[in-house]
Amino acid sequence: MMAKKSPWPLIAMALWVAALALAPVTLGNYEVRIAISIAMFTALALSWNIIGGFTGYPSFATAAFYGIGCYVGALAQRAGVPAALAWLAAAAFVGGVSFVLGAIVLRLKGHYFAIGSIALVDISRLVVSSWGEVTGGGNGLNVPLLEGRPPEVSALVLHVMLGIVVLAFLANVLTDRSRLGFGLRCIEQNEDAADMVGIDTTRYKIAAFVLSAIFPGAVGAVYASWVGYIDPTDSFDILTTVKVPVMAMLGGAGTLLGPVVGAVSFVLLEELFWANFLEWNRAIMGAIVVALIFFLPGGILKLDWRAILRRQPRRKAAERKAG
Amino acid sequence: MSILELRNVSRAFGGIKAVNDVSFTLEEGEIVALIGPNGAGKTTLVNAITGVHTPTAGTVIFEGQDVTKQKPFQAARRGLARTFQIVQPFPKMTVLENVAASALFGGHPESLAEAHDHAARELDFVGLGHVAQSPASSLTLPNRKRLELAKSLAMSPKVLLLDEVNAGLNATEIDGALDLIRRIAARGVSILIIEHLMKVVLSLSSRVLVLHHGELIAEGPPQEMVHDRKVIEAYLGPKFAERFQKEMAGA
Repeated sequence: MMAKKSPWPLIAMALWVAALALAPVTLGNYEVRIAISIAMFTALALSWNIIGGFTGYPSFATAAFYGIGCYVGALAQRAGVPAALAWLAAAAFVGGVSFVLGAIVLRLKGHYFAIGSIALVDISRLVVSSWGEVTGGGNGLNVPLLEGRPPEVSALVLHVMLGIVVLAFLANVLTDRSRLGFGLRCIEQNEDAADMVGIDTTRYKIAAFVLSAIFPGAVGAVYASWVGYIDPTDSFDILTTVKVPVMAMLGGAGTLLGPVVGAVSFVLLEELFWANFLEWNRAIMGAIVVALIFFLPGGILKLDWRAILRRQPRRKAAERKAG
Repeated sequence: MSILELRNVSRAFGGIKAVNDVSFTLEEGEIVALIGPNGAGKTTLVNAITGVHTPTAGTVIFEGQDVTKQKPFQAARRGLARTFQIVQPFPKMTVLENVAASALFGGHPESLAEAHDHAARELDFVGLGHVAQSPASSLTLPNRKRLELAKSLAMSPKVLLLDEVNAGLNATEIDGALDLIRRIAARGVSILIIEHLMKVVLSLSSRVLVLHHGELIAEGPPQEMVHDRKVIEAYLGPKFAERFQKEMAGA
């Protein structure tokens, strides 16, 4: 299984990242904004993939890591730390937090773990809202703006986000091809059996949880610098936490390119519905999600395109025979 | 030298003592059968030995070391392997990958390639070499049981706990399984086998332990155990046991 892997996912990913990176040169402000959104959610979905896809633990904690990242980055910058360092600090801090939280919530399995991970988002939000002296509470925090003209700032944010995407993707590739990934796949398929063949399941799960947390931490911090203002409801948004797994599953959870494809499709669809159906967009989005889960449980990448293309001629042939 | 020793091991679930004050030893290279009616606590005893359920009292000693508080993965790495009564494959992996996972995590391979080689050897040993590349979920029940065996063998175990590996097999398949277990024993692996089929117990084991209501009620050579009053009572109840023995004496 790990002997020879196809290089195509890596090549496809490199081309895609390069194309997005060129957006500020070739496209307008609106498109760059969408590109940033795509990059952000791609990084989040790729991170989720490690715990939710490879390990099979349906985590809804993404917004907790993202939100803590927002605040750590913002607070560090307000204390005078340069932006780049603040972003790294946010990633490191969130990594530490996820290590501690993971040791607690990863004792839960299945639905219980899902609920427990949602609770992490709410608890983090409550702590941040009530700890007014440090976090500004419900009033939110102003974050020092990045220097430069708006288009330059957008280009910078896009490129930093794409950098995180690349790192998150590499983390996926390495996990996929290593002993860690093999162990995580065993856990996903049968945790008791994994334990019984000598896998230290607790350690492996925590490793996956931490890997799935550090990139959202960094994304949150970069986002805070970009928008210049954060508050608890926006940072710890329950909708973010639900969207990210949906994206990964839409493309194909547990695959390398699935989260990438899923994030692009979802962001573009969402944008399309926002623009055209202002009042109904959430309902349409919801219907699409339900339909996808029913008809495409393995995600877009697991679709057997060849079978679909073949079906058409075969049906025609059958009709001819009958006639 | 005894390789596995249980000293007064108990495991309670709330007020129920599923395993109560069980002591026995397993000698190196020995095949011992553990029998008992349904619900006697046989699987719980295996779980207590391998750390799935830590014993609530008593000590488990493996190779002279106290391993009572071990976790299942530690048991596996030490060479204390088990099979499950209900087979537990990794369904989406191939048969070879299933066994390679055991070799990689439970054994001590130098590399992944070596783990694969080891896995392939064990598959040939249990007679599954021809389906190595099939998905584990496509196997028939007898072959799944063999896969379980290959997975535990890939960890190079010193002690193997077999939890009803023959349940659900037909007569021919059982003969094949018996031969396989003998060949495993010939490799120097000590075996504790949980079994309902007396044919298996009588033809394989040198000693039988009888568990009833969580307690060890008898221990001895298999031929003696099948005529032991307490054992017959445990299976049939005192009334039938009496009738049965009278009939046996008459015949």
